[in-house]
Amino acid sequence: MTACREPAAVLLEQLAGGQATSLALTEACLGEIAAHDESIGAFLHIAGDAARASAESIDRRRAAGEPLGPLAGLPVALKDVLVTSDQPTTCASRMLEGWNPPYDAHTVERLRAADAVLIGKTNMDEFAMGSTTENSAFGPTRTPWRLDCVAGGSSGGSAAAVSAGFAPLAVGSDTGGSIRQPACFCGVVGLKPTYGRVSRYGLVAYASSLDQVGPFARDVASTALLLEVLAGHDSRDGTCADEPVPGYSERLDQPLEGLRIGICPEHFSEGLDGEVRQTIERALDVYRGLGAEIREIELPNAKFAVACYYLVAPSEASSNLARYDGIHYGRRVDDYEGLVEMYSDSRGTAFGSEVKRRIMLGTYALSAGYYDAYYLKAQKVRRLIAEDYSRAFASVDVIASPVAPTPAVPLGQLTDDPLEMYLADIYTISANLAGIPGISIPAGFSSDGRPIGLQLLGNSFGEEQLLRAAAMHERETEWHQAIPDLDGDAQS
Amino acid sequence: MSDLHPDQSSAARLTRDDVLRVARLARLTLSESEIEAFTGQLGQVLDYVGILDEADTEGVEPLAGASERTDVLREDLPGESLTRSQALSGAPRHDERFFLVPAMLDTSAE
Repeated sequence: MTACREPAAVLLEQLAGGQATSLALTEACLGEIAAHDESIGAFLHIAGDAARASAESIDRRRAAGEPLGPLAGLPVALKDVLVTSDQPTTCASRMLEGWNPPYDAHTVERLRAADAVLIGKTNMDEFAMGSTTENSAFGPTRTPWRLDCVAGGSSGGSAAAVSAGFAPLAVGSDTGGSIRQPACFCGVVGLKPTYGRVSRYGLVAYASSLDQVGPFARDVASTALLLEVLAGHDSRDGTCADEPVPGYSERLDQPLEGLRIGICPEHFSEGLDGEVRQTIERALDVYRGLGAEIREIELPNAKFAVACYYLVAPSEASSNLARYDGIHYGRRVDDYEGLVEMYSDSRGTAFGSEVKRRIMLGTYALSAGYYDAYYLKAQKVRRLIAEDYSRAFASVDVIASPVAPTPAVPLGQLTDDPLEMYLADIYTISANLAGIPGISIPAGFSSDGRPIGLQLLGNSFGEEQLLRAAAMHERETEWHQAIPDLDGDAQS
Repeated sequence: MSDLHPDQSSAARLTRDDVLRVARLARLTLSESEIEAFTGQLGQVLDYVGILDEADTEGVEPLAGASERTDVLREDLPGESLTRSQALSGAPRHDERFFLVPAMLDTSAE
């Protein structure tokens, strides 16, 4: 097993104890990327030299006994939706190809201050719109477990990078499931924090009332460590909560006494793959064995979530993506007559199909005569969905469900049918509408070797409980220790 | 009567003209095949979101976002910002002082 397949929390101890150096670890990760990323497609940009220099500097500082940040020496991969002052940022779009942003995202600043080694930028669905990473302008990401299947999306590159041992930690963003679902498809842990828990400053906006930055790792303890670094107040994001960040790692080993887990019967009905259902039921049995109580809850408006989301998110996207005008930054076509043609041709040629589809949908929903019927109606339904969760969390601590209706799907299966792809977001989307946190943890495999995750949702700012509940399952199971055989798969 | 489709009792079918109108509003030049594909695909999605008609939202206040923070204010003081050269660094065309754009007043595309 290569060094970078150890969980980050373990690697940190090795670094601190002198059994490993950041440079050796960084070289090991870069070696794995060089050997296997051509077949997986996790990275859009590999910052090899900068990562080595940063690792060497951290090793030197450690040797000199200088104080170091909480992630000192650990390679971290960043979804290419976070702006970086020393690496290009493309959002996997031709629109931003070759763009070098003039500043760092808040979370990137935090990672640098924590002495993380920024190893590269990861692949994604263009502008984070999609559920398979097939909407990347630069090619898809495959799950390291099955190279004929997608990594999930939109943070597919970050999930695959952690799964494949390219980096022990990665950062993604989640607007409708874009951290949790690829974590599930790649067999790693992924957490979407409460809306406002992590600053969105420097996160390229897709749907601003839903977007949230969050961590990927190989286990729950490492996820907690990364969240501690990412979370916290930043005045540059007006929605960022001015709430203290708990030490998520501190009480991770303590089980939650009298844990009450809610399940919604509708989550286990039609459309759910049989093996996914069995996996979730087995995970619930693990919790029962630990003394948790499983209670049925009602989420009467859950059936509206996909429709609500696919009005709210595209509407906000159509507004956010109006900034790509071929003037301030991004692509401009070479030939045009007049300003409007310059706008329209630049946008028409540089955006991919799914981005255009969502801009169109949002523009339609916001256009004169339709605003009340679509956007306003969706916002009212959004409140009903959020209230369902408030009610549910009065009687349970977390809500358990599948992450996705099936394990990772074969490449190309969903690309021709946008509505079908949207419907597959059914289990993850509500958390974004309600603003609550959610985590996906490894819970098993399909008979043909595709990972299956368990989703736990928590109440607003309940990340600590969520992580502790996830750790309870992890201590009883070994799914998170499974590692894909890249040498075997690369030949198939 | 349906909230979502006030002028029809059944789901409104998106027409090719609707797609062209919206593409113009969104400043998106679409290919012929995109116009055709989007007409069908967006129509399907709009039909699907008609399910929201079943939600009783009488008297429900719209929820614009999940953050409870509102009216976040700060002192109106100058702070650090990008330098001019940083701000221009990603521009497709500039003259080191300004962004360069095509003439606006003589546009025939509208």
